[in-house]
Amino acid sequence: MSTLVLMAHRDGHIIGSSARLISAALQLGGEVDVLVIGHQMAGCAREAAALAGVNKVLVADDARYAGDIAEPAAALLAEQAKPYTHVLASASCYGKDVLPRAAALLGVSQVSEIIEVIDEATFKRPVHAGSLIATVRVDAPKKVISVRSTAFEPVGEQPEAECIALDPYGETLGVQLEGEELNRSGRPELMGARVVVSGGRGVGSRENFALVEALADKLEAAVGASRAAVDAGYVPNDFQVGQTGKVVAPDLYIAVGISGAMQHLAGMQGAKVVVAINRDADAPIFANADYGLVGDLFELLPELTAKL
Amino acid sequence: MKIIVPVKRVIDHAVRVRPSADGRSVEAASATMAINPFCEIALEEAVRLKEQGIASEVVVVSIGEPAAQEQLKAALAVGADRALLITTEKALEPLAVAQVLAHVVAEEGAELALLGKQAIDSDDNQTGQMLAALLGWPQATFASKVVINEGRATVTREVDGGLRTLSMPLPAVITTDLRLNEPRYARLPDIMKARKKPIDQRELSALGLELSSQVELLAIEEPQPRQAGMMVESVDELLEQLKNIDKVIL
Repeated sequence: MSTLVLMAHRDGHIIGSSARLISAALQLGGEVDVLVIGHQMAGCAREAAALAGVNKVLVADDARYAGDIAEPAAALLAEQAKPYTHVLASASCYGKDVLPRAAALLGVSQVSEIIEVIDEATFKRPVHAGSLIATVRVDAPKKVISVRSTAFEPVGEQPEAECIALDPYGETLGVQLEGEELNRSGRPELMGARVVVSGGRGVGSRENFALVEALADKLEAAVGASRAAVDAGYVPNDFQVGQTGKVVAPDLYIAVGISGAMQHLAGMQGAKVVVAINRDADAPIFANADYGLVGDLFELLPELTAKL
Repeated sequence: MKIIVPVKRVIDHAVRVRPSADGRSVEAASATMAINPFCEIALEEAVRLKEQGIASEVVVVSIGEPAAQEQLKAALAVGADRALLITTEKALEPLAVAQVLAHVVAEEGAELALLGKQAIDSDDNQTGQMLAALLGWPQATFASKVVINEGRATVTREVDGGLRTLSMPLPAVITTDLRLNEPRYARLPDIMKARKKPIDQRELSALGLELSSQVELLAIEEPQPRQAGMMVESVDELLEQLKNIDKVIL
């Protein structure tokens, strides 16, 4: 048994949940190698090599992979996957884009967003927006699996494992990167953050969201939002925490003005401690919180921020 | 340009789903069924491309039980030109769905496949990417904006940390995110007209495809409920707990 892990990266660093992804890979029981695909990847490769349990890192560094274009990456991943029994990636946007394409090139099915490894072929995964948990067994010659990394504890560090450069492989099929608009707030990324402060419809406006952001900055936290807040235009789409948005697993999750729809709860159930602040004492979020505080967020948030 | 839009029949998002009595499937006997919301967004985009004169025909396809006729009629009522229903008793996994769709796309000579990024029942988020791989076509997943011009698609994608815009030659596969558009409601006269539009119904077995079947569902259960928490009366009490009991803030 052996596992190849496709690692996502951003701004020259592997994504924050990578240490959790390796931990899921190690639970399968075999040797774990990492594949890093991109342009100017030396730093990412060394970061991956320093994650405890990684055997070696394969690096495909070429301009064709810039902008996370899926077509050449999936072709390369399918080619490199040949000697392995398992292929893993995080259920980040990058993993979701590339992994199913590689699975189809290999002619095998994929199991998406596992939250538990039962044995090397049996996994648990949320379905129906997190309302239900399915146990599935995959009987494929090669097991291709995306991982909800937040469900796994991170591994530590190790002296850097060997990094091996690969020859570039795979065609872009005429796909070109035309532009990027990436948020560079300086705050930690949602999926790897230790603390997350999220706002919902109750925050009321884009301007009022500054209260959520002020609390987040005091706690060095990432900022999230419910679907209702995103739909109302208070924050950009990629702030959305939930089954169809980002899934987070911080030590502390503070939900402000969020009622607690199932699909939002599915995105935050990995949090260790959940605090809910809401005006409505009957909001479902309170049944899913460790601490509930009923009251006006426009008074409570500034007070909380000031007392930290 | 002909567009194929797959449409999945799913339990309506507002229904509270529960495991069946034997814990092997989802209780669906009396549930309200609907078009998967992400498929609705894909359909809306296809219909708009037709209205702009960019698409010549929009063909909707569903794979599953004969009752999916209901969702195809709904799709015809919002502007699809034709509907194809491939019937099967079996629940197909995404790779098998992609195999069937690849067959349909080739048969129809379509130049664009527009799909929802995921179905709200199985939450797999695989079919579009797999279809693109099987066809050897480029893909643009999680689209929040689509422009078709001179044989190329320019697609803005929702990615971690923001937006990324790609362009690619057609034919291509595009999967839609939540905010690409707001699907319209069907008008009553169009619903009446859609009733008369034919649905081409075929048995899956008649296609002669060898389909992947590699994932077995062993159990369906409700998630573990969170341990009951406590209500606090003030910010001071909350901070006391977080600092001294849970030690999650310093």
